[in-house]
Amino acid sequence: MLVLGPIGFTAPWLLLGLVLLPVLWILLRAVPPAPIRRLFPAVTLLLGLEDEESETDKTPWWLLLLRTLAIAAVILGFAGPILNPDSREDFGSGPLLVLLDGTWADARDWPRRLDRVEALLDEAARAGRPVAVATLTDPAPGAPQFQPAESWSARLPNLEPKPWSPDDAAVSAWLDGLGNDGFETFWMSDGLAQPWRATLLAGLESRGEVRVFESPRPIAVLRPARFDAGTLILSGARAAPGEATEFTVAAHGLDPAGTPRVLARIPLRFDQGATEAETEVSLPPELRNRITRFAIEGTRSAGAVSLADDTLRRREVALVASRDDREGLELLSPTHYLEQALEPTADLIEGSFDDILLANPDALILADVATLSPAEQAALLDWVEKGGLLVRFAGPRLAASDVSRDVEDPLMPVRLRAGGRSVGGAMSWGEPKALRPFGPDSPFFGLDVPGEVTISAQLMAQPDPQLSERTIASLADGTPLVTRKRIEDGQVVLFHTTANAEWSSLPLSGLFVQMLERLAISTRPTLPTLEEMAGTTWTPNQILTAFGDIEDAGVFPGVPGEDLVDATPGPDLLPGLYAGEDRRIALNVIGADTAITAASWPARIPVEGLAVQRETPLKGACLTAALIALMIDVIASLWIAGRLFGPRSGAAAILLTLAFAMPAPPAAAQDSDDAFALAATHEVVLAHVVTGDDRLDALAQAGLLGLSEILFERTSVEPSDPIAVDLETDELAFFPILYWPVSPEQPIPSDQAYAKLNTYLRSGGMIVFDTRDADVARYGTSTPAGRRLQQLAASLDIPPLEPVPEDHVLTRTFYLLKDFPGRFISPDVWVEAAPADAERVEGMPFRNLNDNVTPVVVGGNDWASAWAIDDAGRPMYPVGRGFAGERQREIAYRFGVNLIMHVLTGNYKSDQVHVPALLDRLGQ
Amino acid sequence: MIHPADLRARAEALTGPLPPLLAAAEHLATTVLLGEHGRRRPGLGDEFWQYRPARPGDEHRMVDWRRSARSDAHYVREKEWQAAQSVVIWPDNAQAMRFASSKDLPTKALSARIIALATAVLLIRGGERVGLTDLELPPRSGPLQLLRLAEALSREDEALDYGAPETRGMPAHSRAVFLSDFLGDIAPVEHALTRAADKGVKGAILQILDPQEEAFPFDGRTIFESVGGTLSHETRKARDLRDRYLDRLAARKDVLQSLARTTGWQYHCHHTDRPGTAALLWLYQALERIH
Repeated sequence: MLVLGPIGFTAPWLLLGLVLLPVLWILLRAVPPAPIRRLFPAVTLLLGLEDEESETDKTPWWLLLLRTLAIAAVILGFAGPILNPDSREDFGSGPLLVLLDGTWADARDWPRRLDRVEALLDEAARAGRPVAVATLTDPAPGAPQFQPAESWSARLPNLEPKPWSPDDAAVSAWLDGLGNDGFETFWMSDGLAQPWRATLLAGLESRGEVRVFESPRPIAVLRPARFDAGTLILSGARAAPGEATEFTVAAHGLDPAGTPRVLARIPLRFDQGATEAETEVSLPPELRNRITRFAIEGTRSAGAVSLADDTLRRREVALVASRDDREGLELLSPTHYLEQALEPTADLIEGSFDDILLANPDALILADVATLSPAEQAALLDWVEKGGLLVRFAGPRLAASDVSRDVEDPLMPVRLRAGGRSVGGAMSWGEPKALRPFGPDSPFFGLDVPGEVTISAQLMAQPDPQLSERTIASLADGTPLVTRKRIEDGQVVLFHTTANAEWSSLPLSGLFVQMLERLAISTRPTLPTLEEMAGTTWTPNQILTAFGDIEDAGVFPGVPGEDLVDATPGPDLLPGLYAGEDRRIALNVIGADTAITAASWPARIPVEGLAVQRETPLKGACLTAALIALMIDVIASLWIAGRLFGPRSGAAAILLTLAFAMPAPPAAAQDSDDAFALAATHEVVLAHVVTGDDRLDALAQAGLLGLSEILFERTSVEPSDPIAVDLETDELAFFPILYWPVSPEQPIPSDQAYAKLNTYLRSGGMIVFDTRDADVARYGTSTPAGRRLQQLAASLDIPPLEPVPEDHVLTRTFYLLKDFPGRFISPDVWVEAAPADAERVEGMPFRNLNDNVTPVVVGGNDWASAWAIDDAGRPMYPVGRGFAGERQREIAYRFGVNLIMHVLTGNYKSDQVHVPALLDRLGQ
Repeated sequence: MIHPADLRARAEALTGPLPPLLAAAEHLATTVLLGEHGRRRPGLGDEFWQYRPARPGDEHRMVDWRRSARSDAHYVREKEWQAAQSVVIWPDNAQAMRFASSKDLPTKALSARIIALATAVLLIRGGERVGLTDLELPPRSGPLQLLRLAEALSREDEALDYGAPETRGMPAHSRAVFLSDFLGDIAPVEHALTRAADKGVKGAILQILDPQEEAFPFDGRTIFESVGGTLSHETRKARDLRDRYLDRLAARKDVLQSLARTTGWQYHCHHTDRPGTAALLWLYQALERIH
């Protein structure tokens, strides 16, 4: 190898080719560019003109230089130039063991470690030494397999750090298996002190020389977040004390839309010389409940990630009581004691059933609620089946009702006897009953039963076969006090007494709080103990990789609960999130008291950094430069010859484009969804539902087109052309109104389509159903279209309807209307019913009606036919006869205008009834 | 080969926007056939000229009774003397005209023919007699002549590299239109124009050039060849020739202009990338301007 300064050549003889360059110069210089032949009638005018310069028939000097340089670069490239050639002759000899710790602490600069190993392998390959590569976290059993370095190079990318540290036993087992042959060792240490390091070092030194590599980057880790007196404490540690440093800890979690994002960034500051840091995190409870993990930003290591589990969560509990008419008696309120018991440890939700189930609480408590509507019952059952916990308390209403009397109610654990019983009251013999100690099968097992807790009234259960297995707490006489039934993933628990102190003193005692806690209604503040965990099985939900990434656990087997108590992660117990029966536990790489200390090495061991000067072959760069120079030469030559621009340059330009066409990524196909969304949103657009009947769809399209034209002419609403909407595929949210002509043949939409429609209706959309049969039928099920409408609308979330009342806002949003004709005149047009308590205030022309846009308008007047126009703007269908018919068409258009105005402006016109009052107030 | 019907259709389309062309009639002693050119004097014709008091010798039937009834005297209605004029056209058919610098442009020859025929359409619509300068097609009027003209113009004959105007078929005191690129030898053009002036023929020269001939957008080593291949010129740096070429082109235009001026003709330069209407409009005005 020839070495010139920092560059060496592997084939220096090729450099002799550079001598030929001057010859090439002269040769190229002698060849002028070829002429172009052109037809040109005005050549007569050119005859006799002489060229001014005689030099231009030679190639210009700069083009020659470019070509010469290109050739020179080719010669240099093939001569094999290498930057920083390694001219060391001595690469050592004998077998070489490259040992990596392979722990989570290695992960932060794993690629650089692999680079260093690759450099070692290159050296070994040049010296012909056999090499073995081993990681301590994932050691191959037996003595290391020494193989040629090349075979290891291909396997390097397979090496991966593991999210745990090897333990003593594993390391000494591996050391024992090493055999007695001597070898040299390069030890890539992760830089943390470990109890087994000294032993391993001694063992390796006995077999040969040991060199140690360590990354100079400091190690910082995050300990699990914990609650201390109500505040969330985040703490971190670093291996070596040093300068004051500030890290940013990101709190990851799901936002309300379910998208993973960083919910908060918290600064974590290490003071100078300190190895531990702590900071308080103040976050709103909703935000805190959503946190799934903390991670130090900018560090890719499992040590810098701390998974959050249920200990950080406050459970959401919804309370629903029967309607309470007794105002002011706070202590008698069915939920008072529940609120007192749950407030410190859980977030309480109150509201209507729909709202509560949308909030998806962890537990729902029904205090003396007897009857539920079928829809509520179905929704509740669905929620329970998906893992909800429903807790019901008895009370006078439940006792008086027939719920679960003859047949077991799906939302009741047992059948109940009528009336209940009273013990120890003023009108009964006997004493109030105490509780029997809890049996071992009960979730309350182990709780002390205070003697003062007595029950004076309870609901009795029918003696069914499953009663005993469903009873989890009973009175001293054996009658059940708490029963439980599992429904798929969820459960229903019934307390056979009240949640207030009317029937028992249980809510007054501490036992009540503990029972709620055991039922996982309230949050358990501490980690479970060994006894609690015994015999349970926990399945991993998410697994933490050494790089700090979260992966789905997939098919990892469950682990026994005992292992999770005070556990450190290892090959059998991956760090991650484990789910048990009713809670989740996070197993982090770094525990609350994992020691983090920098490794210390004896003075005799040389410790090197990761940096190494690598050889860089320049062959590729040289050849690329030559290629680029030749490309420039192509352009320059064309330019010199006058073929780049001007006439007849087409072919050259095409060639150039081809030559320089970069492998551009294929233009992303225009997303049709985006196009649809743009078309639907850049203007107000009316839409109709595609019914599958081409003629009907065309009619609806023409009708909406006519209405759009009228709106454009008469109002400030300027819609663009109407759009046909396919319920199955298109997004509905863009449209203020959907016109849905009903035909008897229309197929029923799919469940997904109905889900979309219901979302659309709930979020303020309006559907106009038109059965188009008002000429033959009054609104109802008497026609095929009417029957079809009933089937279509059965799954829709439609409120109670009523015929349009005289003072409905539809009658005056733009025009004052009395009736709503289309091609037919029928008074039967139905809209959302006004609330029952809407009353006409004295002096007001209209009632103060509901504050919404009616989600549906149902009628049969065939409005689209009355609105429809053809391409020339003429009406497509006759309406009525003569002038009266045209008047009817006009009123139909007016109804359409009112309808669109109602959709777009809501009850704005309804609010105008307040104008006199407002003016009056302004006047003062 | 252009189909005659196609050529005529395109020419008719070009004349659409213009009113029938009425070429000015000067002293045309020899051409006495009736046409629609008022001679500004009473005579035979269709157009009303004046009422004059009836003189002895006028026949009774010549008296305009309607006019006479409004006064006491008798009046005779006189009509304007109208005469038609002969126009001969020379569209250059040389090979040099069969050149177009781009596929999107018509060749110079095609431009020349369309403009020529359009002029003929206008003239014939105005009642003039139109012919070609060679003896093949003497001036005649009527739509049939248009067909003959279209037929003759559509012919692609063997031709020289550069053309020279033909003056044999040019009646004295008629009108003439020369359409060519005038890039060949200027001497025959000069000769033809002086001969025409001798015969009392006046007219218009329309020089038709390709935009490339006007711009000379060439560069690098180039061999220029005439369309017929008889002439060629090699240059090593075409860009250097540009200025001198443009000077020569301007000089050629000057020569044509001064020739036209001395012989009482009109000169105009048309480029094939411009719409033919402009050239036709100019021809229309040029033929009217001649008095």
